Amino acid sequence: MTKPLEVPTMDMENKEVLRRIEITGDMLLNMGPQHPSTHGVINFLVQTDGEVMKRAIPEVGYLHRSIEKIGERCTYNGFMPYTDRVDYIAAMFANQGWAMAVERLLGMQIPKYAEYCRIIACELNRISSHLISVGTMAMDVGAVTPFPYALREREFINDLLEELCGARLTYNYLRIGGVAFDLPSGYEDKVQGFVDHFEKILDEFNRLITYNEIFIKRLAHLAPISAQMAIDYCLVGPNLRATGYGFDVRKALPYSVYPEFQFDVPVGRGEVGTKGDAWDRFWCRVEEMRQSCRILRQALAQMPQDREIMAKVPRKIKIPEGTEAYSRIESARGDMQYYVVAGAGENAHRVKIRTGSFTAMGIIDALSRGLMIADLVALIASLDVVAPEIDR
Amino acid sequence: MPKNYQQDFGSIITSKTSFIDEIINLARKSSIFYLLFGLACCGIELMQTGGPRADIDRFGSVPRATPRQSDLMIVAGTLTYKMAERCRLLYEQMAEPKYVISMGSCASCGGLFQYAYSVCKGVDKLVPVDIYVPGCPPRPEALTEGLMRVQDKIMRERWFNARQKVGQPQPSLGIDYKVTA
Amino acid sequence: MTFEEIQQRLAAKFGERIGALAPANKDASLLVQAADILEICRFAKDDEALVFDCLMNLSTVDWPKKNQIEVVYHLWSYRRRHGFVLKVALDRAKPEIASITSVWKSADWLEREQFDLMGVQFTGHPDLRRIMLPDDWVGHPLRKDYAEQPQWHNITTTRDNSLEGYVRLDELKKKAADAAAAAAPKKEVLS
Repeated sequence: MTKPLEVPTMDMENKEVLRRIEITGDMLLNMGPQHPSTHGVINFLVQTDGEVMKRAIPEVGYLHRSIEKIGERCTYNGFMPYTDRVDYIAAMFANQGWAMAVERLLGMQIPKYAEYCRIIACELNRISSHLISVGTMAMDVGAVTPFPYALREREFINDLLEELCGARLTYNYLRIGGVAFDLPSGYEDKVQGFVDHFEKILDEFNRLITYNEIFIKRLAHLAPISAQMAIDYCLVGPNLRATGYGFDVRKALPYSVYPEFQFDVPVGRGEVGTKGDAWDRFWCRVEEMRQSCRILRQALAQMPQDREIMAKVPRKIKIPEGTEAYSRIESARGDMQYYVVAGAGENAHRVKIRTGSFTAMGIIDALSRGLMIADLVALIASLDVVAPEIDR
Repeated sequence: MPKNYQQDFGSIITSKTSFIDEIINLARKSSIFYLLFGLACCGIELMQTGGPRADIDRFGSVPRATPRQSDLMIVAGTLTYKMAERCRLLYEQMAEPKYVISMGSCASCGGLFQYAYSVCKGVDKLVPVDIYVPGCPPRPEALTEGLMRVQDKIMRERWFNARQKVGQPQPSLGIDYKVTA
Repeated sequence: MTFEEIQQRLAAKFGERIGALAPANKDASLLVQAADILEICRFAKDDEALVFDCLMNLSTVDWPKKNQIEVVYHLWSYRRRHGFVLKVALDRAKPEIASITSVWKSADWLEREQFDLMGVQFTGHPDLRRIMLPDDWVGHPLRKDYAEQPQWHNITTTRDNSLEGYVRLDELKKKAADAAAAAAPKKEVLS
């Protein structure tokens, strides 16, 4: 017979944060870590009188999988699957950041065809990541129906990427020096067909959700972030561009073959509310999907035909100890940066991954004073934080 | 419906269920509400399994956010030590009879994070697992198969002759987990 | 501005406290003293030519052979579109450095993470406590000499390799099959 279990209690007296919260008849609630709308396992200590919050302190670390420590054990190529898990919704970008950092350590160039394969895979992944983001945002605000619409489109992209590299979610497609597999035959037509189909869906999505009156009423004027505050807290990606400051790593510090494409970068204008509010962040993501379709069309048209997918990489990658490299890429969630210090032997000495979601969590405490709990949910959804990026 | 057969995993031999048992179990297996416990990458595949293509709503399974209303907990993703206490708490808050699917290799055995200092090497150190679904992440079809196996388990339970869940391991599998604040 | 120009501007302001730029081992960096870091960061943010308005990254690297923990600051300026790398070498036995939360707000969480994982004390930080690991965790995992505890809250941290169990099972089966073959009567071979 089982012994009666002792129910765990939060040891209230030891929590540092309680010394700074004056509990004056307010409730101190845990929102999370298991919660359908916290985008992964994130906990919020919410001090509230029932609906209006005084503070919401985020607590992270529930998905800390020690990926950086594992980076000190794995070989350079062997670390690639772990970078998938750093941001599993936009895994190609994490792969690309690592590949670019190690290629910079080695000082090597990769063939142009491989770059185009990377771009096609990454832009498809950007669309699928933004589909999850806008779908869950609509669901968190209360409209459950658009989420299966987004998932349905995402299934098409999952099929395309599965045909390319064999996996639906954690791709492990890129390698140090190129990509793992060549595009299968007939792939260009399939991607073209998807892009044609998807742009019509985007217009339908805009009619259904983005310019929906109730949606606008929920999200306009919610937690506006000024460009100065965003830069101080180091917000990146669509969060920063929604505040009106148009910085995109693909345009400002071009890498790979992005200089050969023509695309716009959507910048928030405060169309239906304040500039930099939650609706602007949502709108930026929807428009970025449209621009990704544009890039895909150009990439398919301009691809070289030599089919060279890997550069010449030594069998065992050994780099002198102490060499360090820094790579920046524009991931779906913003500016993802890898700081790699090479170690003696075949592995790295230190891997530090700076993700957009980690710094976005730092701003939630400051923004959440005076918001209602339902607004907190919408705020987290609009910042598009995912737990694995925060915790790594 | 097969009335008596040997389970092909473990060494537990099931026994006959009567007609009333089968009717009751048919009703129970056709509406398994699962707790949304998506922790990591497998959580996204869990969402996709509930999504339009590999729809498990056709089997009557809908996601519930609260453990009080669910009878199946699908642990989808990596369990860290920080999350472990909450996982056990949620399992305790579910009402009997309850089942656990350990989805993905991280939940089953720690997955590819064997050298991680903060990852619990398998959720069965904390909660008794009924079905292990391998994969990284498992395809929606694989998770649906896992759900089918839970349904098979439910079909084999007896209600009148012996009120004992056949094949259900003792609650304190693995470590005798006693939480101390 | 290039790395050299930024270093000259810093040297013009701070004199001999700024050394030479470390040679670019794929990326150049500047080593400064721990005592000066707050002043240098404030100057880097406020100066009109530098305008480093963003602290992009704060990481720590453990060098047990040199008995040092290096704190690496990656600065970025959105307005001038240039970046810079500052490094500080701390003593491994007692790594302490001033917190730069008063200069950039993003340092708040970045420093908490490095305190949690590497054990660097940031003096003056408003809320220095663990962020990634549970509050009662012992040790700082990213250090090279970190030893994992055998259990945490009664959960064992290792798992038996199931392959070893299968190998044992195979050997048992083989032994049983051999015993059965030896005990069975010999069959006559039809020629």
